[in-house]
Amino acid sequence: MERPLTQYIHPDGSPRLLREYVKDGGYRSLQILAAGMAPQDLQRLVAEAGLRGRGGAGFPTASKWSFVPMGSDAPKPKYIVANADEMEPGTFKDRVLLEGEPHGLVESMIIAGYALEAEVGFIFLRGEYHLSAARLTQAIAEAYAEGYLGKPLPGTAFRFDLHLHASAGRYICGEETALLNALEGKRAIPRAKPPYPQTVGLWGQPTIVQNVETLYNLPHIVNHGSAWYQSLSRSKDGGTKIYGISGRVTHPGWWELPLGTTARELLEQHAGGMVNDVSFRGLLPGGASTAFLTEEHLDLPMDFSSIPSQVGRLGTGTMIVLDDHTCPVGFVLNLEKFFARESCGWCTPCREGLPWVARILESFEEGRATHDDLALLDMHADLLGPGYTFCALAPGAMAPLQSALKYFRDDFVRHITLGRCPVNSKQKRHKVLV
Amino acid sequence: MATIIVDNRTYRVDERQNLLAACLGIGLNLPYFCWHPAMGSVGACRQCAVKQFKDEHDRCGRLVMACMTPASDGTCVSIDDPEAKAFRASVIEWLMVNHPHDCPVCDEGGECHLQDMTVMTGHVYRRYRFPKRTYRNQDLGPFIRHEMNRCIQCYRCVRFYRDYAGGRDLNVFGAHDALYFGREQDGTLENEFSGNLVEVCPTGVFTDKTLFHHYTRKWDLQSAQSICPHCSLGCNTTAGERYGILRRITNRFNSRVNGYFLCDRGRFGYEYVNSDNRIKRALLRPELDRTKPGKPEGVPQILGVAADRLRRARGIVGIGSPRASLEANVALRSLVGPHRFVPGIDEREHRLLSTILSVLRTGPVPAASIQDAEESDAVLVLGEDLLNDAPRLALALLQSVRQQPMERADELKIPRWDDAAVRNAVQDRRGPLFVAGYRRTWFHDYATETYFGAPDNIARLGFAVAGTIGSSAPSVPDLTNEMRDLAQRIADALTQAKRPLIIAGTGSGSHATIEAAANVAWALHQRGKQPRLSFVLPECNSLGLALLGGESLKEAFDSISQGKADTVIVLENDLYRRAEQAKVDAFFDAAKTVIAIDSLEHRTTAHADVLLPAATYSESDGTFVNQEGRAQRFYQVFVPDGDITESWRWLRDLARAESHETDGLTGVATWRNLDDAVSDTAAAVPEFARIGEVAPSTGFRLAGQRVPRQPDRYSGRTSMLSHLTVHEPPPPHDPDTPLAFSMEGYRGPVPSPLIPQFWSPGWNSIQALNKYQDEVGGPLREEMPGIRLIEPVATKAPSWFTAIPRPFQSSPHRWLLLPLSAVFGSEELSNRSPAIAERISEPFMSLHPSDGARLNLEDKVTVELALQGTTYRLAVRLDPSMPAGTAGICLVPDVSGVRLPAWVDLSEAVKTGRKQRVA
Repeated sequence: MERPLTQYIHPDGSPRLLREYVKDGGYRSLQILAAGMAPQDLQRLVAEAGLRGRGGAGFPTASKWSFVPMGSDAPKPKYIVANADEMEPGTFKDRVLLEGEPHGLVESMIIAGYALEAEVGFIFLRGEYHLSAARLTQAIAEAYAEGYLGKPLPGTAFRFDLHLHASAGRYICGEETALLNALEGKRAIPRAKPPYPQTVGLWGQPTIVQNVETLYNLPHIVNHGSAWYQSLSRSKDGGTKIYGISGRVTHPGWWELPLGTTARELLEQHAGGMVNDVSFRGLLPGGASTAFLTEEHLDLPMDFSSIPSQVGRLGTGTMIVLDDHTCPVGFVLNLEKFFARESCGWCTPCREGLPWVARILESFEEGRATHDDLALLDMHADLLGPGYTFCALAPGAMAPLQSALKYFRDDFVRHITLGRCPVNSKQKRHKVLV
Repeated sequence: MATIIVDNRTYRVDERQNLLAACLGIGLNLPYFCWHPAMGSVGACRQCAVKQFKDEHDRCGRLVMACMTPASDGTCVSIDDPEAKAFRASVIEWLMVNHPHDCPVCDEGGECHLQDMTVMTGHVYRRYRFPKRTYRNQDLGPFIRHEMNRCIQCYRCVRFYRDYAGGRDLNVFGAHDALYFGREQDGTLENEFSGNLVEVCPTGVFTDKTLFHHYTRKWDLQSAQSICPHCSLGCNTTAGERYGILRRITNRFNSRVNGYFLCDRGRFGYEYVNSDNRIKRALLRPELDRTKPGKPEGVPQILGVAADRLRRARGIVGIGSPRASLEANVALRSLVGPHRFVPGIDEREHRLLSTILSVLRTGPVPAASIQDAEESDAVLVLGEDLLNDAPRLALALLQSVRQQPMERADELKIPRWDDAAVRNAVQDRRGPLFVAGYRRTWFHDYATETYFGAPDNIARLGFAVAGTIGSSAPSVPDLTNEMRDLAQRIADALTQAKRPLIIAGTGSGSHATIEAAANVAWALHQRGKQPRLSFVLPECNSLGLALLGGESLKEAFDSISQGKADTVIVLENDLYRRAEQAKVDAFFDAAKTVIAIDSLEHRTTAHADVLLPAATYSESDGTFVNQEGRAQRFYQVFVPDGDITESWRWLRDLARAESHETDGLTGVATWRNLDDAVSDTAAAVPEFARIGEVAPSTGFRLAGQRVPRQPDRYSGRTSMLSHLTVHEPPPPHDPDTPLAFSMEGYRGPVPSPLIPQFWSPGWNSIQALNKYQDEVGGPLREEMPGIRLIEPVATKAPSWFTAIPRPFQSSPHRWLLLPLSAVFGSEELSNRSPAIAERISEPFMSLHPSDGARLNLEDKVTVELALQGTTYRLAVRLDPSMPAGTAGICLVPDVSGVRLPAWVDLSEAVKTGRKQRVA
């Protein structure tokens, strides 16, 4: 089984720096580009490979690129931004790559820049990723020294510059337009679309914002071709995926596996099943902003096209498992507190609705909730959904809540009827003043 | 035009709008918060959600925000859709989660957009049962009160203050549901347009602090159209009164003039009307003995004495005023005769105004309205400090710099109303704005290029631009390379623009800059461009008085000193602001009788033998002509106390009393009401011919009724005077206008000058304005935006101005003292308003640091400056933007009588012996 993204990563987590990276074929893709692959050919290759964005939405990368104005009339400069603001709860797949293979991102961004005739790149890195920042800084310095950055690609006029920006924080910076605002030094609030960043992005210029894991696929597609890339996958979306599992499983961790591996295989074969005395109730397939999957969904291939939209979506593919010793209401409360705190405060439903939801869930845990509160949760799950809010943060926040209300409704009702949390009986009653 | 379907009805709308604006324009009720007609859409509040359908057969549809959806052809939406209605009610419910529900004690109550929208959506029942978040409020200075708990986070305040008005000291802090809209720390809001926050804020976060000091609900205000008397731009305002106190000024939309916004001087300068220094009784000096103070007497006796003096006068001089109405000035002119009437301005101003008038009259280039300025795509400002002399025009230019970059948004197919997207696309790109002056303000940060120099050098730059544009325009000799290049860049920008604008004025006292501006405009015209000119003038009726004609104040002084006359009538004018103290003293001493008519006590009224209390702009009707030549009518808001009446009525009474014994009344003596005043004014000079068309005449009625100044809900009518009498007196009669001091009368569409205040059922806030427009942001229905009295008749430019000054030479011993006007402090009437007075800075003198070194003066020391017979205490400010060899004197009330520019030997005039540091 091929693991192109992670095969060379040191088990001890130490970084692979320039010499080692080049020895194992690093930066070879640039020679292929220089040997005469035109940007249009590269874009076509990525389209044929079926690469889809790994940030959570699974948008086909080549389609995203197709909106960028190309040719000599296109506005200059154009920008490539790596979205390395990995802040989705339970998600750590980009960190694995950034810390272990920092040169991979540099090479990937040069390729993306070449494909889009964009001459400047920014890595927007989560502020807390100090180790990644140090390793990327070193990798960028090495790449400059070696002439991969800052000098024309041999035989072409294309030259790429790359800058690292460590974020000042906040989950919303992972939203691509909020990220652009933050990068411009403005408040990190999302922008209205249209216009899309492809035409009006960073500093008003055409910009592609791409997830880190997505970018890491580019050198391998260039090196090995689209047919090879397609063959890696078990589904019609090409390539491998870094899956992860956290929760009360025997072996929590991450694995690079063919896209389309089922949740059951991940859970039982790779994570070693649930720990003793604990049974499986559900899982969030990709971070906090995806809907719960339950036993009945475990045989679905974990890719971007196999999960029915009424069930949920893959998200980042790094799963959080809910077991029967954990209160689903408390689980969701934890998430909603996070989302309420991370709302940027721009649009009304998200800014005012999420804290309300969190407080209602708190009252469930404290045993003060009523059936009216359950109705209010249902209302918020509907009215904070897609299309109602300015960006996808609130709909993402509602995905676990809405699915929990569907699959674990009895647990919510028992909180009301018992007047306390049925799982965590130590939870104090009537804690807050109302 | 596009056809859109709203709830199964078809409408024709302008497809360049968004759906919200389109719906409001066709009269539909759709709630909103974050959108503003002048500031566009950002989609934050989610209040204007509607259901959009793909076509007539689509039954599912999807929710969209109307403000973020173009009104393109074939758009099919539903406002009444149950899902959309439920969502809109939920948005209100969310906004109310933390709102304190303190309407009974909130100054916004009764005109609150949040109240209106809450009622509109039908949200009535509170389900949130957790604690609300609360904030500490800030002291934001004398104009604005701050109450953050009421905030619904629509972001309009910061979008107006920062993006629209260029302010920097108001911001949004924090995140999620803990946002804070305020300053980094307590302190006065610095921006000159902060008062608009009161109207921009949809609820009571930012409220009018001056109104708070004499608070009245909107529904209890007796209101009428007013024209701001505090600068030459003539912004339209609505003035509101109760119990004889003028309570507040709000913006009044005029599509050609001020649109949606006012400056702070205009909004907060009104309180002088309520001043303790108002003259309320007619005063007569006993036996006309100058050693005794004036005493109140019966009006008939006083008029009798005055008339007797007038009849026996050897000659009467009438001194008019550029801050009095045209009618009052014409009345004086009629009383004393055109040859004895002077407009009451000094020689320099007289000369500057004559030149400006001649440029506008004889040239082919029209004057620009504020609206024109906002739409211009390249601007050259020669010598004017707009932020301090004509703030609303500066605000218009802050928008004009967006005109050219907006074309990039057009190319990207971003609709112009999509404000956030436009700003992302435009970024920091700005269209050409060249500002030449002698003092830096924050406005200069928006300029493409700035030039700082003495007025002569500014004029040379202007002449050089003209010479570069026009082949036959005179060129400037001995230009430095630097200046030649700058002139070339300005010329290029102006010739490439579609709507170039040149601004000059009287502010720097320089004749040459005005002529240079005219040359630039004419050169552009000669090149087939369509430029406009804008001249900033000193006062609200300066251009009206210039049109009326008459010699300068010197003529009046001379005729007294030469014995041609011995009696003076001074109309609403403090001569000590216009001439040196000694000259004015001598003038009054030589005059046998001084009759003064004014509203506030000042140094001139102290010399009056007969003092007649004049009504202010809010207590009288009349016409002002703004700097563009636009005549506009202001209306009496309330009947004042005491003997106060319109200046023209006093002059009429004087005329009648004077001709008492002779037979046959003529001129002003025959005036019965404002119509008579207006028709005589129209006949005074040919350009006034259309003055009568400015607003409906006295006899105008709708359905046989007058238009009431008081709203339907005016409370306490029967009890207001019950402490005096239990009988309800009839409302005062208004002989002059179609308005009534009453609740009764015609309620319905009226010509715009007669609208008492903007109100519509369900729309109690100023946002009710939407209901008065056919298209949001467009003209009012039945708008009468004033009459432009001067339109160019010439098709070719007259001969060029050729008096190009020599380059400014600093002199080893003399400095050129230049006037520095202050938005708060340089205007006579607003200075007497407490809130404005708080903002007036200490008097200061600006010097280039090199001059500071030459004079051995450090920054911030206090010095005494002996100037034109008076000694002033001034703080020294070293300012690198002041041209070396000049000194700027700040024109605040303590320094109001100086005649500038003037050459002075500062090493002599400045007393440094007592210099001390100012904290």
